[in-house]
Amino acid sequence: MHQFLAFVKKEFHHILRDRWTMVILLVLPILMLILFGYAISTEVKNTKIAVVDPSKDVVTNAIVEKFKVNEYFTVAAYVGDFQQVEALFNSGDIKMVLVFSENFHENLMHKGGAQIEIITDGSDPNSAKAMQGYASSIIADYQQELFNITKVPYQIKPNVRLLYNPTMKGAYNFVPGVMGMILMLICAMMTSISIAREKETGTMEILLVSPLKPVYIIFSKTIPYFILSLVNLTTILLLSVFVLKVPVAGSLFALITISLVYIFVALSLGLLISSIVSTQQIALLISGMVLMLPIIMLSGMMFPVENMPVILQWFSEIIPTKWYIIAVKKIMIKGLGFAAIYKEMAVLAGMGILLTIVSLKKFKFRLE
Amino acid sequence: MLKFLIEKEFRQIRRNKFLPRMVIGMPIFALLLFPLVANFSIKNINLTVVDNSHTPYSQRLIHKVAASGYFRLVNVAADYEAALYDVEQDISDIILEIPPRFEENLVNEQSADVLIAANSVNGMKGGLSSMYLSGIVQDFSNEVREEWVQTGTALKAPSMEIVPMYRFNPFLEYKYTMVPAIMMMMLAMITGFLPALNIVNEKEKGTIEQLNVTPVGKFQLIISKLTPYWLIGFIVLTISFIVAWVFYGMVSVGGYATIYLFSAVFVLAFSGFGLVISNYASSIQQAMFMMFFFVITFIFLSGLYTPVSSMPGWTQIISRISPLRYMVEVLRSVFLKGSTFFELKWHFMALCSFALFFNAWAVVSYRKRT
Repeated sequence: MHQFLAFVKKEFHHILRDRWTMVILLVLPILMLILFGYAISTEVKNTKIAVVDPSKDVVTNAIVEKFKVNEYFTVAAYVGDFQQVEALFNSGDIKMVLVFSENFHENLMHKGGAQIEIITDGSDPNSAKAMQGYASSIIADYQQELFNITKVPYQIKPNVRLLYNPTMKGAYNFVPGVMGMILMLICAMMTSISIAREKETGTMEILLVSPLKPVYIIFSKTIPYFILSLVNLTTILLLSVFVLKVPVAGSLFALITISLVYIFVALSLGLLISSIVSTQQIALLISGMVLMLPIIMLSGMMFPVENMPVILQWFSEIIPTKWYIIAVKKIMIKGLGFAAIYKEMAVLAGMGILLTIVSLKKFKFRLE
Repeated sequence: MLKFLIEKEFRQIRRNKFLPRMVIGMPIFALLLFPLVANFSIKNINLTVVDNSHTPYSQRLIHKVAASGYFRLVNVAADYEAALYDVEQDISDIILEIPPRFEENLVNEQSADVLIAANSVNGMKGGLSSMYLSGIVQDFSNEVREEWVQTGTALKAPSMEIVPMYRFNPFLEYKYTMVPAIMMMMLAMITGFLPALNIVNEKEKGTIEQLNVTPVGKFQLIISKLTPYWLIGFIVLTISFIVAWVFYGMVSVGGYATIYLFSAVFVLAFSGFGLVISNYASSIQQAMFMMFFFVITFIFLSGLYTPVSSMPGWTQIISRISPLRYMVEVLRSVFLKGSTFFELKWHFMALCSFALFFNAWAVVSYRKRT
C-alpha cells in the first residue's frame, strides 16, 4: 500500500509540474459552462426589425407600438419601399420586416380583412420560425384587443405547459452535455496520454521493474485523474446550481453514483487506448479523432440524435457519453430517481467492465 | 533568404504524410458528414395523446395533429400520469391532453381548453414544438368556427391575415445555415491549429535552435511560417466551395472574389494568432489545449451556432474581439444574401486590424534566445 501511494504521489507531481495544462484542465469546464450558459442563448431577444407601412393609420401605428414595447423586438427602421428592405437585409442587422398592405385600416374595417407580410431572415431556420411565431402572436393579441372581443365564439384554447424548464433556458440542455464531455476529456484523454508518455520516454520500463505489481502501476496512474475529475465534477455542479441556476432537481446521491460509474467507463477507455498506442502523438490523435469527435458529434450534447440518419443513430448507442447525458438529464432536470435510470446504469456498468477486461488483457506488462 | 525559408516550410508540410491529406480530407469529410449530424430542424416530434373525451371533435383534432407532418403519434395514454411517464423516459416529446367535457364545453359554453405539455429540457425544441401544436389547435378552432359560421350559429369577425415569408431560405432548409458555418469552422481550425503546432513542434524537436543561430530575423521567420498557411487557407476554401456546389447545389449569391479577399485577410489574422500561441507554449500538448480553449470560445461567440443578437450585452462585446465573428458575418452575407464589398467595408477594416495586431504580436513574442 505504501508503495502504491508513492506511485500515486509521483503521478501527482507529473500533473502539477505542467502548470499550463493543469490550469486549462481546471478552467476549461468553467469557461464552457459560462459560454454555454450565457452566450449560447437560443432565445430570440432584441431582434431588430424594420417596418414598411404605406398606410400609416391608427391600426398600423398601434401595431408598431406593440412591437416597440415588446422585449423580443426592437424597431430599428421605417422604410419607404421594398428596395430599401433588400439593402437592410444585406447589411445584416435587420432580421425581420413587417410589411403592411395599403389602406390597412379601411380594408380591415370595411372589406373584412387586411394583410400583413412578415418577412424573416431564414438563414437560421429555428430563430426564423420563433420570430415569426412571436410576431404573429403579438398581432393576434392586438386584434383581440381592437375588436374588444372578450370571448371569441367557439374557441379552443391551448394551455401550454413547458415541462422542467419553463423559461426555456439553454443551460438546462447544455450542463449535462458539458459534464459528459469534460469527464471524458480528462479521464480518457489525459490517462492515455500520460501512459503513452511513459512508454515514449522509456520510463515505463523503470516502473515495470519496480517491486509493485504491474496492474497496480496502471491503477496508480488513473487515481490522480480520477481525483481531478471529481474536482471538475464539483466545480461544474456548484457553478450550474449557483451561477447558472440550474438546480439538481432529483437525488444528488443518484447523480453522484451515475457519475462515478461513468468515470469508471472513461478511465477504462483511457486504459484501452494506452494499451494499443506507443507515442503521445498517436494517443492524442486517437483520443481526439476516435474518441472526442464522435462524442461531441453523436452523444446528443449539442446535436439532436433523433434528427440523424439511422446508421449514425445506431452508432450513437455505443457511445457511453450518450447514456450518461440521458441519465443526468433525467436526474438533474426532470427530477427523477434511481428507478428511472436503471437501464442507463446497467449499460454504463456493462461497458466499463467489458472495457477494463479487454484493456487489461491487451496491456503488455512485460518488456519486449 | 526569405525564399529559402518559405521553401523549407513547404517541404516540411509536403514531407509530412498526415498534413496534406488532412488539408484536403478534413473539409470534404466535415462538409459531407456535419450537415447530417448537426441538424437542428424540429420535425418528427413524438406525441403522446390523452383523450379523455372520445368524441368526434377530439378524434378530428388528434387526426389533424397527426396529419400535420410535424408530429408522430407514438402513444395514446390512459391518463396524464401515464403520458408523463412517456416524456420522462424520452419515448415522447410532447403531450396533448383533451379534457373529458371537451365537446360539450365547445358546443354549450363556446370555448374549450386543451393541455399541451412539452418536454423543455431543450428549451428551443420545447418552445417551438409547443408553438407548432398550439398553431394546429388554433387552426382546428378556426375550422370549427368556420363550419358554424356557414350554418349561421356564429358570427364572422374581420381579421388580419398574416402572410409569413422567409427571405434567403424560403423553405427553411438547415443546410443554408450549416454549410457556410462548416466552411468557416474548417477554415478557422485548419489555419489556426496548424500554425499553433508549428513553432512548438520545432521547439520539441530541437530544430528551433538551428534556426535561432542563423542570421534570420524574427520578422522574416514569421512571414515564412505564415505563407504556407495562407495558401492552405485558399485550398480549404476552394475545396469547400466545390463540395457545396457538387453535393448541395449551393453557389454563392455574391461574388466569390469578395469572399476570397476577406478570407485572405482573415487567414492571416487567425494564423498569426496560432503562431502567438505556438510562441508561448512549451509542448505540443499545451499548444493543443490552449488552442482548443480559444477556438471553442471564438466559435461559440462568433454567431456560428446561435445568433449574436440574442447573447447578453457583455458577451456581445467580447465577441467583437474575435476575428471569427466578422468572417462569419461576411460569409453569410455574401454567400447567402449577395452583399457587396462596400456594404461590408467595416468588417474588412476590422479583419485588417486583427491581421496586423496578431502578426505584430507574433513577431514581438518570438524569442530568439531561450
